[in-house]
Amino acid sequence: MAIELKMPALSPTMEEGTLAKWLVKEGDTVKSGDILAEIETDKATMEFEAVDEGVVGKILVPEGTEGVKVGTVIAVIGGEGESAPATPAAPATPVVAPAPAAAAERPAPAPRKADPAVPAGTNMKSSTVREALRDAMAEEMRRDNRVFVMGEEVAEYQGAYKVTQGLLEEFGPQRVIDTPITEYGFAGIGAGAAMGGLRPVIEFMTFNFAMQAIDHIINSAAKTNYMSGGQMRCPVVFRGPNGAASRVGAQHSQNYGPWYASVPGLVVIAPYDAADAKGLLKAAIRCEDPVVFLENELVYGRTFELPELDDHVLPIGKARIMREGRDVTIVSYSIGVGLALEAAETLAGEGIEAEVLDLRTLRPLDREAVLTSLAKTNRLVVAEEGWPQCSISSEIMALCMEEGFDHLDAPVLRVCDEDVPLPYAANLEKAAIIDSARIAAAVRKVCYR
Amino acid sequence: MAKKPTAAKAAAAAEEGFALRSLQEAHGASKRYAASDDELLTFYEQMVLIRRFEERAGQLYGLGLIGGFCHLYIGQEAVAVGLQSALDGDKDSVITGYRDHGHMLAYGIDPKVIMAELTGRAAGISKGKGGSMHMFSVDHKFYGGHGIVGAQVPLGTGLAFAHKYRGDGGVCLAYFGDGAANQGQVYEAFNMAALWKLPIVFVVENNGYAMGTAVKRGSAETDFYRRGTAFRIPGMDVNGMDVLEVRAAAEIALDFVRGGNGPVLMELNTYRYRGHSMSDPAKYRSREEVQEMRDKHDPIEAAKAELLARGIAEDRIKDIDKRIRSVVTEAADFAENSPEPEMTELYTDVLVESY
Repeated sequence: MAIELKMPALSPTMEEGTLAKWLVKEGDTVKSGDILAEIETDKATMEFEAVDEGVVGKILVPEGTEGVKVGTVIAVIGGEGESAPATPAAPATPVVAPAPAAAAERPAPAPRKADPAVPAGTNMKSSTVREALRDAMAEEMRRDNRVFVMGEEVAEYQGAYKVTQGLLEEFGPQRVIDTPITEYGFAGIGAGAAMGGLRPVIEFMTFNFAMQAIDHIINSAAKTNYMSGGQMRCPVVFRGPNGAASRVGAQHSQNYGPWYASVPGLVVIAPYDAADAKGLLKAAIRCEDPVVFLENELVYGRTFELPELDDHVLPIGKARIMREGRDVTIVSYSIGVGLALEAAETLAGEGIEAEVLDLRTLRPLDREAVLTSLAKTNRLVVAEEGWPQCSISSEIMALCMEEGFDHLDAPVLRVCDEDVPLPYAANLEKAAIIDSARIAAAVRKVCYR
Repeated sequence: MAKKPTAAKAAAAAEEGFALRSLQEAHGASKRYAASDDELLTFYEQMVLIRRFEERAGQLYGLGLIGGFCHLYIGQEAVAVGLQSALDGDKDSVITGYRDHGHMLAYGIDPKVIMAELTGRAAGISKGKGGSMHMFSVDHKFYGGHGIVGAQVPLGTGLAFAHKYRGDGGVCLAYFGDGAANQGQVYEAFNMAALWKLPIVFVVENNGYAMGTAVKRGSAETDFYRRGTAFRIPGMDVNGMDVLEVRAAAEIALDFVRGGNGPVLMELNTYRYRGHSMSDPAKYRSREEVQEMRDKHDPIEAAKAELLARGIAEDRIKDIDKRIRSVVTEAADFAENSPEPEMTELYTDVLVESY
């Protein structure tokens, strides 16, 4: 059987090359691994090896030929014990050309599930966000023994911010696991354990330290389901405080919401109050997808009303109207929601009724809720405790322009932190971070007041 | 006064020596696995399958049928075959880096779906969405196929954590290269695996070169099996060019790990005949060096010679060669002729659930 030797592609981008030198001549016997020729590309000179055994038949492209297209038959080799024909049996097949891609429509997202109704007469209890998060984990650990919690100081120390208080006592050291200070390592272990069928809850003492581990969050956790054609899942939750705390300086004060929310394959949740913290963390732990769950240290100790239900689980991807209003919409998430509510209260005194929309989930984003509220109020401000460039604010503004343009009576404005690393000095820190006064000012501006 | 610390030191050294070198000593005492003729024939067949498959993959790459990066396992066949033959396929898990075709073939995964993944077709094991470096088979407990150098080491440690958590008796085999051995996350994983006595065998496939960087240009400690010492992980230095030595060493390592003693670090000394990836001109080593390995240390030729020396008829070996050629040809034909993924696949498998 004669084998056609074709001009090989030696890199993903090579289209043609120079056949610099033949190292065999017609009639030579070659075996696998022998170098047949040297081929030059714009990047390198490569040796072209024989893969099969046989006798070199006709050399069709002489050495020194430039611009030989990939796929051109350059020689013919006869199989073992055969005499090779002088000419190739068939014309050179061209390199496979990519078939013209028929454009595919992105399927419309499934309709958003509404929050389950809280039955009338449900007892409301006061709970801090910290307790709500702890209770969410404890309930899920009771429900499913695949769930475990791992991180720095989560067990014996009871959590650096006391979010995992009491879990060690109830669930023991097999399920509440202190790690060394080794974020990259334990983020990988968490992702691997999820691939192996467990339901890890990986706590970062703060998300600032998760930058050490971001490769596993993005490359290992977020992309695996897609890269495996849906075969291998990674149902891990990465959680911990995110955003600015208080006077801890630039390296410990950053909002990673926009970073993670830009990555397909991740679910990103950033709740504000205790009910959402609990209901969404329970949903995150049950979710088949990898979740980045962004908490906020300054909100941990705040107390909210929480419905006392056996199983308080909220839908992922659904925004929530925190306050209704007809004049303007303030979109926010996490700690920004509290500031937006404060601003709305002030504005109400001035006769401006602001609607406050809490995104709750940053990916998938509830675009419909934003557009619906915009269609109602025709004016919109985004309030975000984080930098302005490439932010959730930018995304909401793009959405309003692309899909809500006809509803806009004023340009969308954003209120973000100053575009600087967070300073330590009390006055500078205060100046750098958003507050309700700045949100109210932006609202007045879009209302032309 | 001076005597006491010295004695304590000596005792510590003795204890350390026992823990860290005992497996190497056990391996030294019984280097080669006593394979039956049938077993050796099977190993030979698996290694030939990997060799021929990879040669064909190289050809298809040259024809433009395989794109992107393509890292061939040629030369290293004895490592995956020897190690994985010792595993319990029902319990144990395997994870590796981007040079992953050989490990999948050694695990008995259908060559057709592997080749079809290389050509980016719908019938590929990842529906054509992963490619050479990103292949998985959860059914076979093969967890990839990871493109980021070293990432598979903590991930494998997580798989081992899951084995221990469930108490399923399984062990994870986590492969990485001499290049990956210089990633910090590898040592983070070593520390936790040893601290928690996780059931994992860390396997450094030392093929001499991290892409174009020779081991001695990139590593202060070139004896990779000693790199677990700081974590009290016993090391084993193994000839990765002899499938029976690999198998024998694997049994010692697995025995230790299954006994609940924590991880083992094996260094498998091997060699890749081809470039790092297809687009590697391999100017960092001499042609003679490669030829010397091929001529004198080839694991397949050695197995063949051993089979013949045992009196196995040459025809039986030729039959295997023939059969494998047709298996590989069939896989290549399948991979060339299968359709590309439907355009709708662009949007599937991003998330498991819809929200």
